[in-house]
Amino acid sequence: MKTFHIGGIHPKENKLSKGKKIEIAPLPQVVTIPMAQHIGKPANPIVAVGDTVKVGTKIGESSGFVSANIFSSVSGTVEKIDFFPNIAGFKQQMIVIKSDGTDTWEDTIDRTDTIVNNMDFTADEIKAKITEAGIVGMGGATFPLGVKLSPPPGIVIDTLLINGAECEPYLTADHALMLEKAEEICIGVELLKKVLNVSTAKIGIENNKPDAIENMTKTAAKFSGIEVVPLKVKYPQGSEKHLIQALTGREVPSGQLPGSIGCVVSNIATTFAVYEAVEKNKPLFERVVTVTGTALQNPSNLLVRMGTSTADVLAAVGGIPENTAKVISGGPMMGKAIQNLDVPIMKGSSGVLCMTEEEAHRHKESNCIRCGRCVDACPMGLEPYLFYALSKRKMLTELNEHNIRDCFECGSCSFSCPAHKPLLDYIRLGKANVMQMIKKQEAEKAQQQEKK
Amino acid sequence: MLTVSPSPHYQTDTNTRKLMCNVLIALIPAFVFSIVVFGVSALISTLTAVISCVFFEFAISKWLFKDEEYSVKDCSAIITGVLLSFNLPNTLPLWMVVIGSLVAIGIAKMSFGGLGCNIFNPALVGRVFLLVSFPADMTTWSKVQDYGTIDGTTGATPLGLIKESIMSGKTLSQIDLPSMQDMFLGNIGGSFGEISVIALVIGGIYLLCTRTITWHIPVSVLGSMFILSGIMFVVNPELNANPLIHICSGGAMLGAIFMATDYSTSPMTSLGKIIFGIGIGVITIIIRKFGAYPEGMSFAILIMNAIVPLINKIKPHRYGAKK
Ligand code: SF4
Ligand code: SF4
Repeated sequence: MKTFHIGGIHPKENKLSKGKKIEIAPLPQVVTIPMAQHIGKPANPIVAVGDTVKVGTKIGESSGFVSANIFSSVSGTVEKIDFFPNIAGFKQQMIVIKSDGTDTWEDTIDRTDTIVNNMDFTADEIKAKITEAGIVGMGGATFPLGVKLSPPPGIVIDTLLINGAECEPYLTADHALMLEKAEEICIGVELLKKVLNVSTAKIGIENNKPDAIENMTKTAAKFSGIEVVPLKVKYPQGSEKHLIQALTGREVPSGQLPGSIGCVVSNIATTFAVYEAVEKNKPLFERVVTVTGTALQNPSNLLVRMGTSTADVLAAVGGIPENTAKVISGGPMMGKAIQNLDVPIMKGSSGVLCMTEEEAHRHKESNCIRCGRCVDACPMGLEPYLFYALSKRKMLTELNEHNIRDCFECGSCSFSCPAHKPLLDYIRLGKANVMQMIKKQEAEKAQQQEKK
Repeated sequence: MLTVSPSPHYQTDTNTRKLMCNVLIALIPAFVFSIVVFGVSALISTLTAVISCVFFEFAISKWLFKDEEYSVKDCSAIITGVLLSFNLPNTLPLWMVVIGSLVAIGIAKMSFGGLGCNIFNPALVGRVFLLVSFPADMTTWSKVQDYGTIDGTTGATPLGLIKESIMSGKTLSQIDLPSMQDMFLGNIGGSFGEISVIALVIGGIYLLCTRTITWHIPVSVLGSMFILSGIMFVVNPELNANPLIHICSGGAMLGAIFMATDYSTSPMTSLGKIIFGIGIGVITIIIRKFGAYPEGMSFAILIMNAIVPLINKIKPHRYGAKK
């Protein structure tokens, strides 16, 4: 069974909503749509308070190369354009739209269920449609897809990989899509293949989803050049770098992007969005979200409009359990804990996870017993216990020498530590300090050169 | 109010205490066996060592460190006590056991800062201290005739026999060595916990199955011992013992499975662990062959303990490292 080579952990899967059909969430009365749902520059609002919009009306215009368009997810009136705290607590520009309840879509969007497989577009046309539809990486990284598909000169892409690993515990949204939308996903893959001008694509799926593997394999057989590859169940199988290693044996060199070794990775939800954007003219304004938690009555896979508040999403599955102490946007390994339930669903929100008090409780840390488990767990081959010690003492040069910048914050080290050391907390701190130090050094160097 | 904390929001169910308890469970077969063979004296000696180790750790953390959380709760002091007593002969006076415990906990463990900070394996430091302080008492073994009946005469360990006979100019075929079967089952002279290979191996398998330890250290220690002594045996079987005798006696199993795998005093990476294990195996055989002591496991482990910080300079294989 294919997998990545170094480290990795086996957290309890807890896929509570496994096998649940995708359900459509009730239409929200109000949506709060952030202008920054992606990495890069926030979009600029192009509507004004009082404007009427339809579902799929563009309300935010991409503001640069690394940016993305934003669309309305309800039909109604723009109520406010203001700054509200985002998921991290920073204030950010958002557009509040009050729904008129009619759910009127833009006429250009094909709302039928018919599967369209039209390959008459040129590569540039497909790319333009993807960029226009505001598609970003929906696995959580939210990097604009159009940018990924436009490699800088000199870089040749020869491999397209589709990430169906869904290695985060609890999450099942991609799984559900693979069961219900296999054909659409495969058409999406075909479209991406055409853009990149590659002849084959591989879809990697973790082996804990045999039904998805079977369904995708069956469907992929109708197309040419789509291969479904079962992967070993191991976190973080779905990390871009690790998926590439598992599927191609290649390693992305330290400090570089997958493009540097000719790979582009797109996840399942993103690929489905590509299909909808190109074949159905539907911009990205809704997505499948896993709403889950051990105390939840009915963990589900919900199709949710962007901008719906977390509270509304939870209400759709029977309300927030009383003993909830922590709500996470995303999965338990890399997701973010949210401060309040007003936080809206965005393009990168793969899950809403409620944790009970007991589950949210962090164990008290004790002495590091030097067991080496964090080292064995790290999928990047780093030494987390050392980072912890060095970061505490602010030894930045040493941190940099030990390649702390390679850490992608997967959390495997903190997860596996029997002494419950908050390793990643200190690694983040150390990383931020190292980045700062390097910036300063570079600025000084530049200054000195100017003097000469 | 929602709790906000950085990711990950998920933690392993295991903790230091559970790992230590796994080690204790793994020691049960050998413990039961020592009671069967040596009778109550094994029980009393082990209890003495455990109680004194726990007491010394408690006392030091309470009155010297003034800790609020007592580190004894993690159970590691119990392991030190058990391992120490397993390395002692059954005839050792109890006050010496207490002194050994004091050295193990007070000097080897707590003076470095407690669990995780110590460089040397505490139980071994205690044992070696006793060995150099009371060499006669530490090398007097009861001869085990049949399980449970120990006659008053003293019996030597297999390795002791070999050493003595070679020193006195005899060859191995001239002396009466215990059969392989006896060695496996523990029908030989030796310390409490080192004599039954089977009981120790069962414990080792338990540790591997519960992922308390990895295979790297035990396999590399025993493997390198076997290969090196095997070569010597092939070269001259009259002066060198059969490799099986080497790995089944003199605390080799106890050392390889329970002492060398001590977290704090062994390397972090898999490669480091293998280097560490090979070092122990090679040094043990060299001491057994050329040193004054018939067995060399304790010294070998302590010597390798000392260079663990050096071994830890070996970096793990990094993803995407420049080739
Ligand atoms: S968070 Fe960083 S250091 Fe920790 S395991 Fe993941 S990559 Fe390694
Ligand atoms: S996993 Fe925890 S206890 Fe073990 S070496 Fe790493 S930091 Fe120390």
